[in-house]
Amino acid sequence: MNIVVAVKLVPDLVEELEIDDSGAALDMTWMRLIINEFDDHAIEQAILLKERGGGQLTVVVPDAEGADDVLYAAAAKGADRLIKLMGDFEEGVNNHALARVLATIVKELQPDLVLTGVQAHDDLDGSVGPLLAEHLGMPYVGYVAGVEMNDGVATARKEYPGGLIGEMEVTLPTVLGIQAADEPPRYVPISKIRQTMKTASIEEQDADELDPGGAPTVSRMFEPETCERATMIEGDEDEIAAKLVEVFQEAGIL
Amino acid sequence: MNQDIYVVIEHLRGQMADISYVMLAAARALAQGTGGSVMAVLLGHNAQELAGDLAADRVLYVDDPALADFTSDAYLAALSALISENEPRAVLLGHTSIGMDVASGLSARLGLPLVSQCQSLSADGKFLSQICGGKIMAEGALPGPTALVTMAPGGYKPEEGQSAEPPEVAPTAAPTLEGLRVTLAQYIEPEAGDVDISKEPILISVGRGIQNEDHIELAEELAKALGGVVCSSRPVVDQGWLPTSRMVGKSGQVVKPKLYLAMGISGAPEHVEAITDSEMIIAVNTDPAAPIFDIAQYGAEVDMTDLLEVLTELVEEEKGG
Ligand SMILES: Cc1cc2nc3c(=O)[nH]c(=O)nc-3n(C[C@H](O)[C@H](O)[C@H](O)COP(=O)(O)OP(=O)(O)OC[C@H]3O[C@@H](n4cnc5c(N)ncnc54)[C@H](O)[C@@H]3O)c2cc1C
Ligand SMILES: Nc1ncnc2c1ncn2[C@@H]1O[C@H](COP(=O)(O)O)[C@@H](O)[C@H]1O
Repeated sequence: MNIVVAVKLVPDLVEELEIDDSGAALDMTWMRLIINEFDDHAIEQAILLKERGGGQLTVVVPDAEGADDVLYAAAAKGADRLIKLMGDFEEGVNNHALARVLATIVKELQPDLVLTGVQAHDDLDGSVGPLLAEHLGMPYVGYVAGVEMNDGVATARKEYPGGLIGEMEVTLPTVLGIQAADEPPRYVPISKIRQTMKTASIEEQDADELDPGGAPTVSRMFEPETCERATMIEGDEDEIAAKLVEVFQEAGIL
Repeated sequence: MNQDIYVVIEHLRGQMADISYVMLAAARALAQGTGGSVMAVLLGHNAQELAGDLAADRVLYVDDPALADFTSDAYLAALSALISENEPRAVLLGHTSIGMDVASGLSARLGLPLVSQCQSLSADGKFLSQICGGKIMAEGALPGPTALVTMAPGGYKPEEGQSAEPPEVAPTAAPTLEGLRVTLAQYIEPEAGDVDISKEPILISVGRGIQNEDHIELAEELAKALGGVVCSSRPVVDQGWLPTSRMVGKSGQVVKPKLYLAMGISGAPEHVEAITDSEMIIAVNTDPAAPIFDIAQYGAEVDMTDLLEVLTELVEEEKGG
């Protein structure tokens, strides 16, 4: 079985986000990029499927700072091929453009199964997974937490609100949007990643010209203005704890 | 092309989803500007009665056995035919497990622009979306000719999209739904947890800020002292540190406790949508810019693991004395 995981790098939300001079986009200059959380689950799910049923796993990442780290970490976990998509992605790229260039690369890999993260927090123009599926002429199921393979059919556990699962049977080849892997993503120690770096090689493939059509134009970006903000309790943990106890008592909780 | 606003109604196992009403309210706001009608698109099988309280000018009802349960493939086929035939000004879908499975596919298949994570739409044709876990708002003009939009909850109250008068229902033909590649095998009910967090009055909720599994114990102790239970955001459950039954949020439980103590939770929209009916939210987070502080009544900028032990001790003291 041939599995491809498409990974996206997104701004790390722990860092401060800044809006650029245009007032309509994030300032990418100092932005720290990390792997989209759900892509990490997609990689894990792919590794689990490979461990259970064999196959070849290829991970594709658009070139940006941190792309090599993500690829080597994936290799350390068990990915066989590492592809870096070369193009001008530093300024940020919308998902419609990304899905189009990914489609060209992924098609050549002739996958049975393509996994992506269910969504990324910066997806203003929809998610890559279902866009890619459509370009590849494959079906798509998202919000998937757990996948099994049986004779050319993928059984995907699709999440609905409240913990309900819809078990979907999907014919291969297909694209699935992963919300969570069957098991939590494994941790690989940095020493193992370093070792992998010596043997694994990253293939660079040029992306076609980027066509951003299909995305909306943003006229303004801003941090949410809130009318009411929490009353902040100042002090060290002892003072905060004391004040919280008072609040609990006033509310009749204590 | 016309100025109508289509709303793809969401329902599951005979149950209407609140997001359907939210979308109808948003569609009404937009239609006031375009001058078109609000059209509810109801796909299903023997599901006509679901149309009863939709605040729409008309319900386009497509009945087909292949639409008895949601599957992305069948919805995509039915909707793409309907949209390309009628060319409405906008089509609203839920930013949900159902809507997100088809919105991007429709965009690619029909070559139509898509706006995602939308909070509200205005009569002057603008969208407002919330991205980056609630830290950034993005505004722009709704693209044309037909804009596809996935709507997140929060911008409108479900009541705004409900009507006492049943709307007119127009049976609508679907293309032949054959050769479908996705089928529903079965539904699997959520495992019943030891507690039902949707009914608990005191919730100590922990997020990724808890850092490691050993710290869960600290939260359990505080919960015990306060007579509450521990719940969490998604990453804590995905790490396997708490069972799924304790997950709060879009894919977990909706809660409405007297006290929701959110510790080490950033306040992403997928989490926040499920806690807004709490009587009191108190947030503890080391990041002063965490969006959770925007919806909490009280907040403290402190390391949660430092606070937990001290707070538990103090609560026990108060109760003892
Ligand atoms: C389709 C979909 C469905 C989803 N469904 C859900 C859902 O049902 N429920 C849900 O919760 N999420 C859901 N999510 C995920 C959601 O988008 C967020 O990723 C998630 O809520 C973040 O959880 P968090 O706040 O615990 O982690 P983070 O966003 O990583 O926040 C951790 C916070 O802890 C703070 N922190 C760090 N260290 C400390 C410390 N020592 N003391 C105090 N604070 C600290 C940080 O400042 C940060 O604000 C869903 C996402 C998608 C795409
Ligand atoms: N469990 C993991 N999953 C994915 N990537 C990882 C993981 N651990 C480390 N990495 C990558 O390796 C880099 C170094 O991380 P660290 O091991 O935490 O120093 C990170 O920036 C990640 O890109």
